[in-house]
Formats: sequence, C-alpha cells, structure tokens
Amino acid sequence: MTYLPFSRRAGAAALAGLMLTAAPAALMAETPADTLVVAAAIDDIVSLDPAEAYEFSGLDMVNNVYDGLVEINPTTLELEPGLAESWSVAEDGMTYTFKMKAGVTFASGNPVTAEAAAWSLQRAVKLNKTPAFILNQFGWAADNVDAMIMGAGDTLTIKVSKPFAPTFLYNCLTAGVASIVDAETVKAQDVAGDMGNEWLKANSAGTGAYVLKGFKPNEGLILEARPGYWRGDAKLKNVFIQHIPEAATERLQLEKGDVDVARSLTPTDVEGMTGNADVKIQSDVGGQVYYMAFNQKNENYKNAKFLDAMRYAIDYQGMADTIMKGAVIPHQAFLPQGYLGALDDLPYALDLEKAKALIAESGITDPTIKLSVRNSADRIDVATSIQNTFGQAGIKVELDVGEGADQLKAYRARTHDATLQTWGPDYPDPNTNSSTFAENPDNSDEANNTGYLAWRNAYDPGEMTAKSQAAALEQDSEKRKAIYAELQKTHRETSPFIVMFQQARQTGLRAGVEGFYTGGAVDAAAYWLATK
Amino acid sequence: MTPFLKQTGSTLFSLALTFLGLLIVTFIIARVVPVDPVTALLGERATAAQIAEMRARLGLDDPIWRQFGIYLWDVAHFDLGTSIRSREPVLSEVARYFPATLELSTLATIFGVLFGVPAGVLGATRPGSIFDQFTRLFGLIGYSMPVFWLGLIGLLVFYGQLGWVGGPGRLDSAYQMAFEFNVTPVTNMILIDTALAGEWEMFANAISHIILPAGILAWLSMAYISRMTRSFMMNELGQEYMTTARVKGMSEARVIWVHGLRNTMVPLITVIALSYAYLLEGAVLTETIFAWPGLGRYITDALLIGDMPAVLGGTIVVGCVYIGLNMVSDILYRLADPRAR
Repeated sequence: MTYLPFSRRAGAAALAGLMLTAAPAALMAETPADTLVVAAAIDDIVSLDPAEAYEFSGLDMVNNVYDGLVEINPTTLELEPGLAESWSVAEDGMTYTFKMKAGVTFASGNPVTAEAAAWSLQRAVKLNKTPAFILNQFGWAADNVDAMIMGAGDTLTIKVSKPFAPTFLYNCLTAGVASIVDAETVKAQDVAGDMGNEWLKANSAGTGAYVLKGFKPNEGLILEARPGYWRGDAKLKNVFIQHIPEAATERLQLEKGDVDVARSLTPTDVEGMTGNADVKIQSDVGGQVYYMAFNQKNENYKNAKFLDAMRYAIDYQGMADTIMKGAVIPHQAFLPQGYLGALDDLPYALDLEKAKALIAESGITDPTIKLSVRNSADRIDVATSIQNTFGQAGIKVELDVGEGADQLKAYRARTHDATLQTWGPDYPDPNTNSSTFAENPDNSDEANNTGYLAWRNAYDPGEMTAKSQAAALEQDSEKRKAIYAELQKTHRETSPFIVMFQQARQTGLRAGVEGFYTGGAVDAAAYWLATK
Repeated sequence: MTPFLKQTGSTLFSLALTFLGLLIVTFIIARVVPVDPVTALLGERATAAQIAEMRARLGLDDPIWRQFGIYLWDVAHFDLGTSIRSREPVLSEVARYFPATLELSTLATIFGVLFGVPAGVLGATRPGSIFDQFTRLFGLIGYSMPVFWLGLIGLLVFYGQLGWVGGPGRLDSAYQMAFEFNVTPVTNMILIDTALAGEWEMFANAISHIILPAGILAWLSMAYISRMTRSFMMNELGQEYMTTARVKGMSEARVIWVHGLRNTMVPLITVIALSYAYLLEGAVLTETIFAWPGLGRYITDALLIGDMPAVLGGTIVVGCVYIGLNMVSDILYRLADPRAR
C-alpha cells in the first residue's frame, strides 16, 4: 500500500527519538566527592526552626546546624560540654550556672554569648511550639522565663522550679529545642513578633558544622560546611538529603552509587544486598519500644498470674529473627537501650508449659483477648504470631485491625481491651518514658490523663508514681540510675504492659563511607564526621 | 447572540455548577472520612485541653453549614486553607507541586499521542496484520500491568542494569544541588527552568530523569489512545465518503491521514483530554517510585497523615484541571466539527 513510506518515516523518527533520549545518560554524574548524598524519607519535616522541629528528619538537620549548651558525643553517645564549657549547680539544686565557651562564633561571625544563649531558650519557651514542653517541665513559662534564664558576659544563670535531678536538666538541654540560635541575626528577621520563626523554617543561624543552603519540602535539603566549627570542621563540604520515600528505590540508588547513604531500607532490601561488596550495612538501635498493653477495666488483667502467663507466651526472639528480620531487637524494659538506667537483660522467653501452668493457677478459664492492631503489615505479622503462641498456651486472641488514628482514639478513651503499640521517647532522659509508663497520678475517668500510658490502660502503678517522680528529683546520678532500674523491674513484673522489642536501624552505606552516626536511641544523626 | 456564544455561555454555566458540585462533594468527603484532623495535628501526646482548643481554632465545633459557608468564601478568595503538616498555604504548596506533575503528564501525553494515533490508524488500515497484533498486545500490556511494577522494573533495567537513564528524582544529586544554587525557578518545571537558565548540561540530565517515568505513563496513555483511534478509524474506513475520495483518485495516504483522521478527530480529542486528565491526577504511584515531587504524591502523603486541607486543596485543583480540560476539548471539538458550531 502507498502509506508505507510514511510508516518508514515514522519508524525513523521514533528511532531518532529513542537515540536522543538515551544520549543524555552518558552525561550522568557520580555523587560529587565533596558531598555526602543521603536518601531518606523526609516528608515528616514540619519546620527547621530548632524551637519547632520535633520530627526525626527535622531534628537530624538541627543536630548538624545548631548546638546546645550540653551536647551528646555522636560516637560515644555520652554527655559532653557543648557551647557551655563548664557548669555547676547551687546547694539548693535550683540554680545552675553555665560558663560559656570562649571564641565560638555563629555562622554569621557573631560571637556566642550568654545573652544569645538566654534569648534562645527564652524564645523556645515563648514560641511554645510542640517541643517546648521539654523545657517547660522545669517550671518555665512565657511570663517567667526572662527572670529564670539570664545571661551576662560569659555566664548563663538558669533557675528551675524544683530541685530536679541535674542529669534531667542536662539531658533535656541536649534536645533540639534547647539549641542556641544567633540572637542578633534571628531578631532581625522578626515578622509580627514571631521571633524569626517563619524565617528559620528555611534558613539557619547556628553554631553547627553546617549551614542550611536550601530546603524544599518533600524534595530535599542542602547543607554546606562552614569553616571554624568548634568541634573541628566537617570532613565533607556538602550534605544533600534527598527525599526518596520508596525503600526499593533507595536501595537501587545506593547499589548504583547515586547516593552514599540510604536511611529507610526495609529488612528485605538489606537482605537483598548481601554479597554486594560496594555496599555495607550499619546496624544500631533507635529509641522506639514495641509493647502490648492490657486495659485493667477488664478485671482479668489485674490477675498477676495471668499477666505472667502472657509474658511467657510470646516468642520474642523468634519474631525478631523472622518476621521483623532485623527491624527490632528483643527488649523487655520501658527504657530503651542507651538511656540512663535502661535494663538490657531479657528475663522472659517463650515457655508454653509455664504459661499454661500459670493460667491454671490464675483461675481464669477460657481467657479471650481482643487485641487492637493498626493496619500495617509488620504490626499484623507480630499480632498474628502472638495470636498463635497465645492460642497454644490456651488464650484465645481476636484481632481487631484498624486505622492507626482510630485506634489511638479508642486507646486514649480507654475503650480498648488490649493493644499492640509503639512508643518513642520525647527527649534523651529516662523521665520521658518513666513518667508515662510508670506514673498515673489520678486513675479516674474524669482525670482524662491521656498523656500517661498507665492511665490509658486504667492502671494504677501504686507507689511507682511517687518513686518515678522522686527519680526526676534525685541529685545523685548513680542513685537515680538505680531507681530507674528498680522501676523497670517492678513494672515489667507487675504492670499490664509487656515491652517486647526495641527498634533497630539498618542504614545502608556505600563501602567507602566512614563516620556516619545515626545518634542511636538518644540523639539525632551527625554528618560532620562522615568521610567517603 | 450567535449560537456559538450561546453555547459557550451555557457551557460556562454548567462548568460553574460542576465546580460547585465538586466543592460540595470534597467538603463532605473531608468531613466524613474517619480521620480526625486534630489527632493528626497534635499527635499522641496532646492533652484534652489542647485538643479542645485546636478544635475551636479549626472551627470544627461550628455547625456544618457554617463551616461550608466559610469554606466557600475562602475558596472564592483563592484561599485553599493552610496545610496541617507544613502550616504553609495550600495554594502555594500546590503551585509548587503541580508543575512537576504537569510537566510529566504533558510529556507523557505528547508521546502517547505521537505513538498512539499513528499506531491506531495503521492498525485500523491493516487489521489482523502482525503490526496490528503487536500494537494491540503492546497496548494490552501497558494497560494491564500495574504501573508500580512497571516503574520498578523500568528502573531496575534501564537505570540499574543498563544505565541508560537517570534514576529517581528530577536530577542527579550533583545537578540537583547546582540547580538549587544557580537556577531561579520560574515555572517549577525542570525542563523549562533549566532551559531558561541556559544550563544545558542540567537540561540534558533532567531529560535523562524524566524520560523513564514519562515513557511509562506514555505507554499507559498510548495503549488507550491507540485502541480508541483504531476503533474510530475502523468506523470511518467503512464510510461512503472514503470510497468517494478514493474514486476521486486521491492517494491512499491522503484518504486515510487527511480525510479519515480528520473525522476521527472529534471523538479523539475527548479521548486524549481524558487520558491527559487521568495522568494529571493518576500519577501517584509513578511519582512515588520515581521520587517525583508532584501533586499526586502530595495529595497521597497528605491523606496518609490526615492533612485534610491539603487533600481538599489538591483535589480541587485536580477537579479544576478536569473541568478545564473538558472545556478545552469542548471548544476544540467545535472547531474540529463545523456542525457543532
């Protein structure tokens, strides 16, 4: 037919098109030698203002751009002096004096002064954004903070409302919200009394190893090293955090060498990369704990023998090794590994005979549990495993799978029967978890103390409440540690909570990347020590 | 009033009605879905007092008709509300994300039309030929394979194994950084912005990144367009005017490509517009796989965390695009078909 010439022409055009599109591939660049390219899911970022940032990705950025008075060493995860070189606490335990380090400057070149430090803390309290409660615990509020935190010359004086444990204050001062900002620069960006909050969402004014060069929500953020960082200049000039939400995509890019670090890999991706010499996996822990909780409005869950039986009817190790494949490690105390006083021993293991015997002793016949589980694959897997082993022990489990927010609502209203949950600590001090798991000042419905996990399960921890509150006031750090150890022990033996796991992190790195620290359970990531 | 103006007027009126309907439906959906914006906003730690305060601030305690009134008033003033997650105006966020989707979908549609229409016409003129069977099979695969899977396999083969195309994202990381520093976004479309800035190397890199996702979406679009073109064309080929044209001694190519195709244009315009609209709203999975900062992913991410103002704003924009494309296809329709004038 006569239209053939056209089709030939079309074919040629198509071919030319294909060649044209394939050509640019030759121009593709490797990751630049002076840049650490990190693939991560960063859609959690709400703000990059340290007084407001309270999500994992935002806090990672804050950790590299700002410093606090007290810092956590990224390699040892121990407390160390930050912008304050030394400090002391008065006899009454209510007045702290911090001596500022000399010669430290902000990225702008302005010197770090005690006034700037005081203003930064006052600012965080006055802005009263989500993480402000970490500071407000010390009795600070918008109307009194100017009198309680004062800076002059190289001395910063901080007053607190109660003789709190000094470690409690120091730990909270390492949190992102307690970062010191360049007061002069930020004040100049004030819009309608917002103390520079809007400006700091996309700019930075800190003392850290890096400055923020660009941020596009859901796309990426760029950090650039600045010379003269007081802890030693960053090894790599730029850090580029690229938002890659899909784990399989991250893996592909890591294997291909288009990113240096992949932070949201799934256990399957990690397994799939074994044998690839270009890539290595770095494992450490995160701060979240996975737990089951039983609502004591159901009398069965006050029965000590029955609670004990359930603790022996869970296959902790088996789940960690198989269905959770490296995403968690077994952990049986409410303080995550890495926290002051955390218990790392594992007294419970699957023992069906013991569980059966304990149920017989409990006097409860044909126990049935309605376990609420949010509808994500790993949670359902864990719940199914529990259902299976509980079943073998003689406890019937009905799974109630639902949307996370719905289940949270029921949990907060105390209408659940049993629930499978995770909890992440709010700040790097044991009080964060101790107060919620082991304190319940008023167990009545009217109290509506939804902030306490103990209240949500109608659980009255008895004298643990007072003990946990006292721990936050204990001046002696060793004694404080001992109190938390004892609290965790009593809690896991008597409470209607069963802590099963702690989050584990698996970070994929190109083989040449060294010195990348995630901050473990207590801190955010540090980029300035990384080399490649 | 000319009939053309009259018709346009009635079209505009029905558009306004459609838009109002869209607003009502999206509003109701936002209020019916069991996502509590307050929980989404305040998180697990919120106290009862904070929750009550936030409810009052968001106006959730007002009667529903009042809430809708406020919502209508705001939309009429181009205020789509504030995103719960980012606390940015939804309109400015959408303005940032939509161009990325627009760029991807437009490219995909252009490819889809360039390959789909000729393939459909050729298939119709030689039904049952190897070419016809091949395009139909090829179309069927594009049609029925999950785009998520196609995207991953495409990445694995063309990026992972062969290295012919760029990976996820709109640029390589090196270029991405250079882009942030050196290029002022004008349109937020990467190809246009890099070209305007004269950054040709970056432009080439952007092409290597967009080509795979656009190609996969184009496959989808081509499958649909070629199938429809084929059937429209088959219909025209049997018409008497075709025979007349041949009898008049016109070349076969002219008969088919001019006379035949021209008459399939009317329904084809609708098909192309629909497929374009589908890509504009339906590229969610592709955008996720390819880390493409587009509107589909924006809406999905927002939905997952219960950020309803963002979901609503995004939906309204998609709805407007749909309505707009319908209007455009209506006008083109009339231009292409004298009888409809």
